[in-house]
This record gives sequence, structure tokens and C-alpha cells, in this order.
Amino acid sequence: MLYAVLCYNSEEAVAAWSREEEDKVMSDLAAVEKKYAAAGKLGPVARLMPTTAATTLRKAAGDSLVIDGPFAETKEQFLGFFLIDIETLDEAIVFAKELAVANPGVGAYEIRPLRVFKPGGPLEPM
Amino acid sequence: MSELAWIDLALSSARPQAMGALLRYFRDLDLAEEAFQEACLRAVKTWPDKGPPRDAVAWLIFVGRNSGIDHLRKRARQQPLPPEEMLSDLDDVEGDLAERLDGSHYRDDILRLMFVCCHPDLPATQQIALALRIVSGLSVRQIGRAFLVSEAAMEQRITRAKAKIAAAGLPFETPDAVSRAERLGVVAAMIYLVFNEGYSAGEPQRAEAPFCAEAIRLARLLLRLFPSEPEIMGLTALLLLQHSRLQARFDADGQIVLLEDQDRSLWDQRMIREALALIDKALRHRAPGPYQIQAAIAALHARAPQAEETDWAEIDLLYQSLERLQPSPVVTLNRAVAVSRLQGPEAALALIEPLAERLSGYFYFHGLKGGLLKQLGRAREAHTAFERAITLATSPAEAAHIRQHLDSLARDMAADAG
Repeated sequence: MLYAVLCYNSEEAVAAWSREEEDKVMSDLAAVEKKYAAAGKLGPVARLMPTTAATTLRKAAGDSLVIDGPFAETKEQFLGFFLIDIETLDEAIVFAKELAVANPGVGAYEIRPLRVFKPGGPLEPM
Repeated sequence: MSELAWIDLALSSARPQAMGALLRYFRDLDLAEEAFQEACLRAVKTWPDKGPPRDAVAWLIFVGRNSGIDHLRKRARQQPLPPEEMLSDLDDVEGDLAERLDGSHYRDDILRLMFVCCHPDLPATQQIALALRIVSGLSVRQIGRAFLVSEAAMEQRITRAKAKIAAAGLPFETPDAVSRAERLGVVAAMIYLVFNEGYSAGEPQRAEAPFCAEAIRLARLLLRLFPSEPEIMGLTALLLLQHSRLQARFDADGQIVLLEDQDRSLWDQRMIREALALIDKALRHRAPGPYQIQAAIAALHARAPQAEETDWAEIDLLYQSLERLQPSPVVTLNRAVAVSRLQGPEAALALIEPLAERLSGYFYFHGLKGGLLKQLGRAREAHTAFERAITLATSPAEAAHIRQHLDSLARDMAADAG
């Protein structure tokens, strides 16, 4: 079975970390990752940039709406994600719009650049 | 994280919003500050036992408001204080909180709090000091040290600044779109000033008061409040790009290392990437502004793996658009650096010579002029320019940097004479 473990914390608190504090947290986490990676159980690990770097595509009848900032509604739940490797935000928006066409209706796609990415070992598809 | 550290962090994150709301209630900076202080004291007393409230900001506003009202009553001597048990009964504070923290309200609260620190009658240093005190909550002592004045002297400055603001009348009406945009511009400029104060300060000052990091925090806060403002994206990106070079800007002896000589592997790539993402966001708005252009210029430096690969032609073009948008001799001076790379020192010198009068008291003007003259082999004139620069240096590091130029000039001149 594959599980995603999502990280929540106060963005402002994390931004206030000194370089040393940040390095300490990251290396402590890396020690845990290492154990699971060695057992072939770890997939990709990602850390996102702050929500100020986010752009949200809100699905709408007709053309979807591009809004600056993170997804801020509470009516909808976090259901999944895509990871894409592209050059610009515009490309990411095009991708999200294609997704919105493929899966119209309600909901949104929040587009957030990554701050840290570790691809991890290959896992079995399901 | 220890309990106290956690509370400290929660209080400082809550500060702008809580102070903003308390200022709206009391329309008095001092009273708002006292009320917030009191609420913080209560938090430190009660949170460890009862656990943190669900909504720290709401809690602080409520407790602060009660304490402020209490204070006003005491001042007016109208009635005796209610018993302490009643005031401290805060179990259900959030439950019946009238102050629901809906977005529209607190956005203007925080903007107002920042805006009052930027009164046009206040000189830049006072705006900076006030913002760091009122919005960021740095201690007077910390701010004083950064400005190399005693705590008492800084206290006096801040008190005077507050008196000036109070006399001028605080802006309490809810701003319309136009005045909101104006406030935003003024506040952005103040944040940039805070950053520059930290950026130009030498090593000891930077360690004492993290002005640059604080400015970035304020810029991010502003961007969270106004997520669709491309200039605020530009400002945040610009600050991140400048700050990304922190580790490379000074050598082990605290001497300035120029951009072209910096070890680029020391640049913080994460800050750079975040800045680039923000610039990308801003570009989509097709509404260029001075911060976005400056961020784009800084980004071109950040993108060059080595100094030789810098896209000076693009930088020149960006400075030209900045000159059109916001004409200033300082912008032209900066463009001259690009021009010197593209067309040589002579062309750059021709560009800056007309600025001599307006920039006669500006360190960088004389520093750049000296450098260009030196490149042209006009040692005596270069010497004069550097001598002038050194008297205008605002930090020991700046002075030491010019001293190096003077020394190398002296060596060249001695070699020529010999």
C-alpha cells in the first residue's frame, strides 16, 4: 500500500528559522528518510515554497479562473497531486487548465513551486 | 522547541494583526501597544497551563481590548477595577468573540498599522525605527544598537515620532481602492528602507538586529494580504535576491566583496528560486513597476553562473525602462555600471558626469567615478574621487573598500614615478 504523508506547520514559524535551525531540521528528517530509503520503502520527498509563491486555478464553467495565492477554501479537501518539470508558471497554468478540461466541475488546482525535491527510489505503480 | 520559544513565536506572528485591530479600537498607538503588551503577559502566564488557544490572534485582541478599556477606566478614575478573577476568566474568549477575523477587516488593520509608521513628516530613519518597534516588535534596545545610539536616545526618537504621528491624526477611515493602493506603495517603500538599513550595515549591526530578514518577513506578510499585487511580488523577490548573497558579500575580515568577485556557490539558491517564482507570477500581470524591474535586474545577476556571463545588455535595457518609469540620478548611476561593461569606462563616465551636482553627497557616485577614472588611467582624478567617497562612506566596510582602491592607486602611481 502507498501512503502520502502530508506536512503541516506554521509557514511563518518555519520562515523564521535560522540557517542553522533549518539545516538541523532537514538533516534530522533526512536521517529518518534514509532508514526507509534503505528498505526500498521511500518514494519522492518534496518541500514546497511558501504560499506567497502559489497560484490557484479555480475551475469554472467556461474558462477557469487564475487567482494569485494559495487555495484557501475549506469546503473542498486535498485529494491528490501532480508533479511536473517545466520552465515557467505559464506552462504550469496551461497544464492545470488541461486538467480542468479533462475533469471539469468544482474544485481547484493550486500550483506551487518546490523548494526541495528528492526523487526517491522507484515504487510499484498501483 | 521549548514552550517559551513557541509562545514567543506565536506572539510575534500574531503581533501585526492584533496590534492593527487594537489600534483600530483605541485610535492611539501608545494605548494599543500597552494593551498588546498586557495581552502578551497574560498569554505567557496562562498558555503554558491551559494550552495555547485555538486562535491566538483572536485571544490577544480580546484580552488586549479588555486590558485597554481597563486602562482607560483607570485613567478616567470613573469606577473601581473589576476583580482580577473576572478579568482573568478567559476560558471562553474565542467562543463569543465578537471580533470575527474576516479577511477584509484585518487586511486594512495591518496596512494601517504599517502605514502610520510611514508618515511623510518622519525622516527615513524614524520610519524604520518606528516600523521595527510597532509592527515587528523589536526592542528599543535592539533598534538603538543597530543605529548606534543608546537605548534612551532611541526611546526618545520613537516617542517623538509617535507624538508627530498623533498630532497629524491617524487615518482611521476604511480606505477606498485608490488610497489603499497609495498606502500600499508607501508601506512597500518603508519595507525597502528597512531592508536597506540592514543591507548597508556592517557585520556587527547585522547580527544584532536582523533587519533584512525582518523586511522580508514584512514583505511576505504584505503579499499574503494583497496576493495579486505584482509590485509587492516584485518587492519580495528583490529583497530575497539581495539577501541571497548575504554569505558572499563580506569576506572573513568583514571587507566588502563586490558582486563580480563573489563566490557564487555561497549564494542561497533557495531564496533565488523563490524570487524567480515570484517574478514569474508578477510577469503574468503585465503591469511592470520599479520593484519588478529591479527584481528582474537582480535576477539576471542571480542567473549568471559566473560574473562574465552576466547579461549586461538586458540589464542596460531594464535600467532604461526604470529610468523612464522612475527617473532618478541613482538609477542612471546604476545603469552606468552596465554601460561601462558594454561600451567601456569612457561612455559610462559621460553618462554620470551630468549627475555630479545632484549626487555630490552620494558615496556610490564618487566610488564609481573613481573606479571608471582608474580604468581610464586618470589616476590623479581617480584619487580625488576616492578621497571624496571615503568621507561619505556610511560604514567601516565601505570606507575600507575605498581605502583598498586608494592603496592600489598609490602603488600604481609610485610604480609610474619609479
